[in-house]
Amino acid sequence: MSARKRHSVILNILMTVMLVYALLPLFWLLVNSTKTESALFSTFGLWFGGKFALFSNIHQVFTYDNGIFARWFGNTLLYVVAGAGGATLLATLAGYGMAKFDFPGKRAVFAVVLGAIAVPGTAIAVPTFLLFSNLHLTNTPWAVILPSMVSPLGFYLIWVYASEAVPTEILEAARIDGAGELRTFLVISSRLLAPGMVTVVLFTVVATWNNYFLPLIMLSTPNWYPLTVGLNDWNMQAATAGGQTVYNLVITGSLLTVIPIMAAFLYLQRYWRSGLAAGSVKQ
Amino acid sequence: MSANSPSTAISQIGPRQGRRRRPAKRGQWAGWGFVGPFMVVFTFALIVPIGYAIYLSLFRQQLIGGNVFVGLTNYKAALSDAQFWAAVRRMLLFLAVQVPVMTVLALLVALALDSARLRWAPLYRLSIFLPYAVPAVVAAFMWGFIYGTQFGLVARLRSVFGGHFPDPLSSNWVLASIGNVVTWEYVGYNMLILYSALQAVPRELYEAAEIDGASQFSIIRWIKLPALRIAFVVSLIFSVIGSLQLFNEPDILHYLAPDTIPMNFTPNMYAYNLSFAGQEYNYSAAIAIVMGILTMIIAAAVQWYGRRRAA
Repeated sequence: MSARKRHSVILNILMTVMLVYALLPLFWLLVNSTKTESALFSTFGLWFGGKFALFSNIHQVFTYDNGIFARWFGNTLLYVVAGAGGATLLATLAGYGMAKFDFPGKRAVFAVVLGAIAVPGTAIAVPTFLLFSNLHLTNTPWAVILPSMVSPLGFYLIWVYASEAVPTEILEAARIDGAGELRTFLVISSRLLAPGMVTVVLFTVVATWNNYFLPLIMLSTPNWYPLTVGLNDWNMQAATAGGQTVYNLVITGSLLTVIPIMAAFLYLQRYWRSGLAAGSVKQ
Repeated sequence: MSANSPSTAISQIGPRQGRRRRPAKRGQWAGWGFVGPFMVVFTFALIVPIGYAIYLSLFRQQLIGGNVFVGLTNYKAALSDAQFWAAVRRMLLFLAVQVPVMTVLALLVALALDSARLRWAPLYRLSIFLPYAVPAVVAAFMWGFIYGTQFGLVARLRSVFGGHFPDPLSSNWVLASIGNVVTWEYVGYNMLILYSALQAVPRELYEAAEIDGASQFSIIRWIKLPALRIAFVVSLIFSVIGSLQLFNEPDILHYLAPDTIPMNFTPNMYAYNLSFAGQEYNYSAAIAIVMGILTMIIAAAVQWYGRRRAA
């Protein structure tokens, strides 16, 4: 082992500082979800204190307001499965089409998608709301799902990935054997594209699970809220006149919101790294 | 770096690839079968709303006469709207400080991870990347509670240090405090983009440089940094667009600090509140479009600068 491979103590210390910075707020969340509302104010923020109330907090989260939290959880799942699933499917088909076919209008497609990426998504949120409102789509799940199904970044990643991962020779061989394009895609190409697709799944799942602005604008009935908008509703109760503060529920609810997405994230991220390396930034 | 690698520049990929390989195809229109479904939803969810926004911005809702065409009147009003430009200036200041700080931090972490001198590199990589998975809403709650003078950590620090410890939500510090939340959320994401690019550099290059007697510093300066340029520009553009669109974090912290985070704190918050609190849909659309154009100009400038340097 050469000298340069030796561990650097200073570098390890600096990285540990970064690690603590990254994990400290999450540790805070974990610690404080075990506290009663009064202990939140009276005990030291970074350590356990007072009665251990995690389970009673969780119980309260699921029973408060007629158990609406479970409903928000289900809504978030619906938006993630339909939105991120749809986005991945559409982006994969389209990216593959761009990489492996020539067709009339291909350059126009490219120019339009690229141009639209540059337009800030949130800038058109209000016009989208007004448009959907005219179509009577606001305050329905469609208002959240449909815009979530568009992932220009996923489109781009699959395009780059497909042009490297799917050899044109295989497609030609399949055509000579008489396979239709869709069959070729389903049987051969989709398997070769799988690592790229997982990368897009990770992106879009994180984006839809964490989406706040779009559902905030589109939805007015708490029954359709995802977790993010619902939690902020609880958080705002403290600011409204005569509102009951439920900070312990906001904190425990946040913990319950974060755990599934982190688990999915940690599970999927190893594919992301290889997908990203093979895709957008390969030399 | 080869000029025709797919990553050279986002805007070059399509036409170049079209020229480079001409896949054998059956039926000219087969490609549309794959691209079509995406384009339908894309058109409905993005193109039509952009067109509708432009249409709205040219009209005004009046009590008498209903919807009236007013040409560029809304844009003229936007250009001289002090509240709007105060928000824009605030975001430019935010961008000028937060984006470089976060990007440099991400670069240093990526270089450290790539250096093979860390004992637990995967642990560091995962932990620093983890906040990216946390919803902005929850990130703003957590940091907001930590900042809060009621039960936050800062409250405790203030009681120890007396009045000498600054209040993170006071007007002098609030922008930096929001910058910290955003940095916390995205530094790992940017680190990963840069780290992936570093991993793609052939290891033999480093060995050759070492045989030639190059120091670690020169390897970073002359091999690693040039190899990072494209990834660097990509991460910079995402960060710039992200900060100009800032909404979630200040919107949520607003309830903790309504005086120092007013409703027009960011251009996006201003446009949102014009629409949903003030019902000024037409003017709000004009604001959104001005902001969109500004963002495109700044993002294009970053990309142009990055490509010029790369050339």
